[in-house]
Amino acid sequence: MMGDLRELYQEVIFDHNRNPRNFYVMEDANRKVEGFNPLCGDRLTLYLYVQDGVIKKASFQGSGCAISTASVSLMTEMILDKTEEQTQQLFETFHKITTGKDDEVKLEELGKLQVLAGVKDYPARVKCATLAWHTLDAAIKNNAATVTTE
Amino acid sequence: MTVVTNQQTVSSQAVRATYDVASIRSDFPILEQSVRGKPLIYLDNAATSHKPRVVIDAISHVYEHDYSNVHRGVHTLSERATAAYEGAREKVRQFVNAKSEKEIVFLRGTTEAINLVAQSYGGANIGSGDEILITAMEHHSNIVPWQMLCERSGARLTVVPINESGELIAGQFEQLLSNKTKIVALSHMSNALGTINPVAEMIALAHQYGVPVLLDGAQAMPHMSVDVQALDCDFYAFSGHKMYAPAGIGVLYGKAQFLEAMPPYQGGGDMIRQVTFEKSEYNSIPYKFEAGTPSIADTVGLGVALDYLDSVGMDQIAAHEQHLLQYATEQSEKIPGLKLIGTAENKGAILSFVLETVHPHDIGTVLDHLGVAVRAGHHCAMPVMDFFEVPATTRASFAMYNTIDEVDVLMDGLKEVIKVFG
Repeated sequence: MMGDLRELYQEVIFDHNRNPRNFYVMEDANRKVEGFNPLCGDRLTLYLYVQDGVIKKASFQGSGCAISTASVSLMTEMILDKTEEQTQQLFETFHKITTGKDDEVKLEELGKLQVLAGVKDYPARVKCATLAWHTLDAAIKNNAATVTTE
Repeated sequence: MTVVTNQQTVSSQAVRATYDVASIRSDFPILEQSVRGKPLIYLDNAATSHKPRVVIDAISHVYEHDYSNVHRGVHTLSERATAAYEGAREKVRQFVNAKSEKEIVFLRGTTEAINLVAQSYGGANIGSGDEILITAMEHHSNIVPWQMLCERSGARLTVVPINESGELIAGQFEQLLSNKTKIVALSHMSNALGTINPVAEMIALAHQYGVPVLLDGAQAMPHMSVDVQALDCDFYAFSGHKMYAPAGIGVLYGKAQFLEAMPPYQGGGDMIRQVTFEKSEYNSIPYKFEAGTPSIADTVGLGVALDYLDSVGMDQIAAHEQHLLQYATEQSEKIPGLKLIGTAENKGAILSFVLETVHPHDIGTVLDHLGVAVRAGHHCAMPVMDFFEVPATTRASFAMYNTIDEVDVLMDGLKEVIKVFG
């Protein structure tokens, strides 16, 4: 693939796009929020099962580009067994990475999110990567309205 | 068939003997650049088109030599600016073959033109229980102004459906026309599908029911000769920026009898004859609809763009683009998993498609790395996306300056996309 496109489309992204994790409707979810970017056509439904402030299960359904699909798929893995406070920290870390402020982030905090760092060079694609996280933010805050990052 | 040859559009400039795309390309400075290290291949012309050097120079010339406000002063500059501005109106009149220059209203673009008709004509003539007939392939700008009117007036929006090819379903239009229908508003050419509608027949049919017709000509104008008298449309709306003219200038053509009867759209300077605190007397058409200082230099630029199109010849442009479309369509059929969205028999140079396994945005990003600019998204036609049950499409839209070699780069790029994502 053409040189610097690799920075955006890393192998982990292809992997999550082809085989999204936690891709199912969660029947017993106690949080459910829609995320929709109508201009792109990225659409997802995020399901959470939260117990005592801890995310015990996370899943999603929907369709979108490789960046948005990989982002939400990765996210559903990363937030498992995290408290709402911890996910808020992850969200902030993610936000710094995708807006090019990753020098403020300690290497150990990056973890799997590192694979999405490439989007900072593609301003039009940042909203694809952030849709999942803003939807999560709404789910944690118990906002029912559909989320958009456009 | 709605492509009408219009002898009057051939201006004093000689039509070029042969279609020389290399020479045309050299008239467009922006095309001489690289994007991400590759020569720019601009295939997003349905969104907006580039400007030839003569148009760019004309704008500079106005500001450097002839700029002042129009229809105001007695001084030389104002007279020159007014002459240039009104000269552009006459050029537009000739280009679309309107009966009178009074029927040419300068506005910001197609969207403003449709809003003007919806608010002014619609506001005065459409009420509760009336119907406004549009089609399922309209751009949002030919849906939303009518919905807003419906909300205000209690009228109802009715929609002519399309088939799997993206064509209006024959017979449905006439079925939906009734004595409740107060206006028909439809696209001459669809921006998302490329479909060219049989507008002349539809207008004739609507007129049998006494219903006026507005055509959204934003997409059609850059690609074919348009003769508003031959079509017998009552309103025709189009934008400069899609036809090699500056952004921010557009036109509403309206038959004089309609424009004269319609109330003003906005109040302000230039649209009045006399103002007292008791009452204002409105100016005659088209000035009644041109409140405020217009986009003078851009309007002059529009006139120059029309001269440029005349010098190349609209029929020659149409033939060149049809050749590109035919070649692109044939080549696209060789790409596994590619599905064309919009396969109408009568189609303009738009190739809208989806790939089975790759989202349009990923296609758009990979193509951008090859220097190829395409549009990925819903193209402001969400009901069309819903009909075809796709979230978005990738759209390559061609212009007078595109080449067969560029189509080849696009197709190679799509093969690369499939290799990477497949």
